[in-house]
Amino acid sequence: MTNNPDTSDAPPGNLHWFFAGQRLLMTIPAIVLMTAFIGFAGFAREVGLPAWQTVLITLIVWALPSKFLLVAAIQSGFGLVATFLTVTLSAARLMPMVGSLVPELRGPKTRTITLLFLSHFVAITAWVVSMERLRDVPREHRTVFFAGFAISLTIACALIVALVYVLAPSLPDIVLATLFFLTPTYFLCSLWGSARERAGHIAMASGLVLAPMIYLILPGYNILLTGIIAGGLAFTYHLVHKRWAS
Amino acid sequence: MTFDAFDSVAWQLAFILVGGWLATDIWRWSGVLLGNRLKDESDMLVLVRCIATGLVAAVIAQLIVFPSGALGRETEASLRIAAALIGFMAYLAVGKKVAVGVGVSLLGLAAGMYFDV
Repeated sequence: MTNNPDTSDAPPGNLHWFFAGQRLLMTIPAIVLMTAFIGFAGFAREVGLPAWQTVLITLIVWALPSKFLLVAAIQSGFGLVATFLTVTLSAARLMPMVGSLVPELRGPKTRTITLLFLSHFVAITAWVVSMERLRDVPREHRTVFFAGFAISLTIACALIVALVYVLAPSLPDIVLATLFFLTPTYFLCSLWGSARERAGHIAMASGLVLAPMIYLILPGYNILLTGIIAGGLAFTYHLVHKRWAS
Repeated sequence: MTFDAFDSVAWQLAFILVGGWLATDIWRWSGVLLGNRLKDESDMLVLVRCIATGLVAAVIAQLIVFPSGALGRETEASLRIAAALIGFMAYLAVGKKVAVGVGVSLLGLAAGMYFDV
């Protein structure tokens, strides 16, 4: 019983909040995301990317839909410009996400450079969990709390990707096939859930139907063409619906 | 110029940095520097979100209908489509729990492979 009143009464410091953030790795959304990275590693491996490129993409792109499209673009033989366009279209949603997170994150002494660095670790899961939890963290510790969660999540996923890569050759085909199936099924559910408006559901449904059909006619361009046609259809619905409502 | 256009690690690295890193982080940095300028309901953002959703949907469909590698060798398209549909219906039935949808799909696929459907 050597409880020192000086330390036990002191408010928890940065280290405490870093680890408090890190503990969020054990929440359901984080665990589901880590599982999805098992599938991503399988996908990248099938496409023929070496381990270092797969881990690098995990660390520097981080948002799963964008990574998924980057690897699909590489597989379909997209040029750099088409690849950039495809990936950047899927990443535009990060801007309003970061824009709404920053006011929650900024403390009295937070520098912009810190926010620029931390913003890299924003993706859907990190954003959803942080927006929920940050309000319970004292403002001066919020950036540290976010770093503890989001950076740890990124690194954990990169480790999972590396591990799957190492283990994959020793796995039987049946297990590999199941792992590979994780990616499309994960997105089938999460994409439906993350759609903000009915138009998103229309874009998704028409994309699912159109892509295989366009693939049979124009295999190399089916992703980009499907995105534009399905997106255009859904947007037209959105505009017509808005006109009707007003 | 595609990813495999040159047999060079430097080119592949540049491709990943520009097509992957820059293509995503410009939006995150704009979010910090410009704040929430793009209103969530603005038509421009709805259009971009619709196209992005269509793009991801296209890749989902391609991976289910025309997968490469072990999945393509081990399973028929009908099994994959059925497994994906069952999982998606389970996801909707339990109130949009991604873990449930994925679990049911994978179980369906594994069962199909095991019983050689």
